[in-house]
Amino acid sequence: MKKVEIIRSRLNPLLVDDVDTDQIIPARFLKTIGRVGLGANLFADWRGARFDASSDARILLAGNNFGCGSSREHAVWALADFGFQAVIAPSFADIFQANALKNGLVPVAVEAAVHRHLVAARAQDAELTVRIDVRKSTLVLPDQEEVPFPLDPFARRCLTDGIDELDYLRQHEGQIAEWEARHARG
Amino acid sequence: MKSPTLPQTLFDKIWQEHVVAHDDGCPAVLYVDLHLVHEVTSPQAFAGLRARGLGLRRPEKTVATMDHSTPTTPGLVIVDDQARAQLQQLAKNCVDFGVQCYGLDSDQRGIVHVIGPELGLTQPGMTIVCGDSHTATHGAFGALAFGIGSSEVEHVLATQCLLQKRPTSLEVRVDGMLPRGVTAKDLILAVIARIGVDGGNGAVIEYTGDAIRALDMEARMTVCNMSIEAGARAGLVAPDDTTYQYLAKRQFAPKGADWERAVANWRQLPSDEGAEYDVSVVLDAQALQPMITWGTNPGQGIPINDNLPDARSGAEEKAFKYMALEPGKPLVGHPIDVVFVGSCTNGRIADLRQAARIFDGRRVATGVRTLVVPGSYAVKRQAEAEGLDRIFRDAGAEWREPGCSMCIAMNGDQIEAGQYAVSTSNRNFEGRQGRGGRTFLASPLTAAAAAVTGKVTDPRALL
Repeated sequence: MKKVEIIRSRLNPLLVDDVDTDQIIPARFLKTIGRVGLGANLFADWRGARFDASSDARILLAGNNFGCGSSREHAVWALADFGFQAVIAPSFADIFQANALKNGLVPVAVEAAVHRHLVAARAQDAELTVRIDVRKSTLVLPDQEEVPFPLDPFARRCLTDGIDELDYLRQHEGQIAEWEARHARG
Repeated sequence: MKSPTLPQTLFDKIWQEHVVAHDDGCPAVLYVDLHLVHEVTSPQAFAGLRARGLGLRRPEKTVATMDHSTPTTPGLVIVDDQARAQLQQLAKNCVDFGVQCYGLDSDQRGIVHVIGPELGLTQPGMTIVCGDSHTATHGAFGALAFGIGSSEVEHVLATQCLLQKRPTSLEVRVDGMLPRGVTAKDLILAVIARIGVDGGNGAVIEYTGDAIRALDMEARMTVCNMSIEAGARAGLVAPDDTTYQYLAKRQFAPKGADWERAVANWRQLPSDEGAEYDVSVVLDAQALQPMITWGTNPGQGIPINDNLPDARSGAEEKAFKYMALEPGKPLVGHPIDVVFVGSCTNGRIADLRQAARIFDGRRVATGVRTLVVPGSYAVKRQAEAEGLDRIFRDAGAEWREPGCSMCIAMNGDQIEAGQYAVSTSNRNFEGRQGRGGRTFLASPLTAAAAAVTGKVTDPRALL
């Protein structure tokens, strides 16, 4: 996996709560057998009205419980393929968050007050730029205030060192074989 | 980790049994007993294996089927080149990697969460995953079952393991007995309305209480199926005699002395007396009524005779606008265009029997399109043996071949923009059943009642 340490970008706001993965990438685009090119259909039915596809911001500023519903990793592939490197939201759905981390898309969960502040500041200034420091798990606001966000140590290491989870799992081959042997004996 | 001397929950026991390794500061390496695969979320995972030159660690623990993009029209004619390519890719992947596939030509094919249980693959105490969020269905057997992304599908194919953070536990206890005309679907819609679409985030739900114990296996599957709609990783019901009676003699269930030994082990699984959950929620089954959703997420549901709520948030305002409904008005009597009976939530034989009770001797209302789609070929054969297909056809409904169909609208079965559907499926998200389409989620009874009256109707009046 590609290493991710610092992300610095303007924000593309999509301030709707409970955005489900059917909106991120509608099911009619899931007939692909690949994982590239999905960005062309990111938020296909929300373009213009809710999603500004003309913005080149690399950070999506989203609402509560972002990515709920279907487990489709296509939602993360579509966001990443479009060019997003992080999503800032008050909370994320579990499967979306797990999928995001496997693709170097950083889920940044911030407290409601910080979220409100960002939303208000972005409404005032479309050029508002923030920095995400993955190694420190902090979001650096334009006034240089550093706000921590939760990122467990393993996820952080995977992002900053480009560790691939499958490689990590395969290092446990011996223990997996032992587990299987133990359970085969019943 | 909890000490083994403390009372344990069902979840604790399954989790502990399957932890292969747990390095400091890392998620646990969790062993997976059964991996279910379908055509939509697996091609990228198999491609990943090929790119790395890896095979399957335990192909015999992997089972594939085709359900999402398959046609449900007689003759199974695929009119969509992309869908055909996706189905052919799964067939090829299964041949190349040695995976059992219940493909288009199999008479055991069906929706992945319908065939797992009916073949006896799903068993208590197992860990089960699938690249599909409704994998929680299998929790009805007391199996820890959850949906995963395609990268994780690749991990399981390669190592038979997954990296997992230990979830929290949420008990949903339902006391009392469900009244007449109130079903498992109504129960779970009431749970989601109560705790919200993110109420279960980070948690595994265990459903307990007399109302859950009284449910048959198919009803328990309906409840567990929609755990993800409350954001939960998984839903569980402790196994009991109802579970064992369902499983006994099924194709892949243990036989003879193995069966006896398995049941003895399974009897150790239920949560111990005094086991603690992180959070508990209690509902009274007697107070429940038929439920229906009005909005664009499964938590936006009401008892069918209630008036619509006020718009209390931006999300609700957005939902009212999309659904073209007005706050404070009744939903009963609202005209509808399409009825869909099927899906991994309500596509089993018990669901079709319920719908047939309403359709029997009645006609689908003029102008309403009604699709009845069995969850599998086994369900279809059983329904035909009981004459249910005649009841549906005589009523003017379409009787289809098995598949996910109009639940996800990937195969051409879809509603038109602006239309209203009453659907027994699990998601009322914007455009879920067709771009611009509007979905009311409800039970098979309520869906059938809408079909024969042409409007949202309390089914109890027709029983």
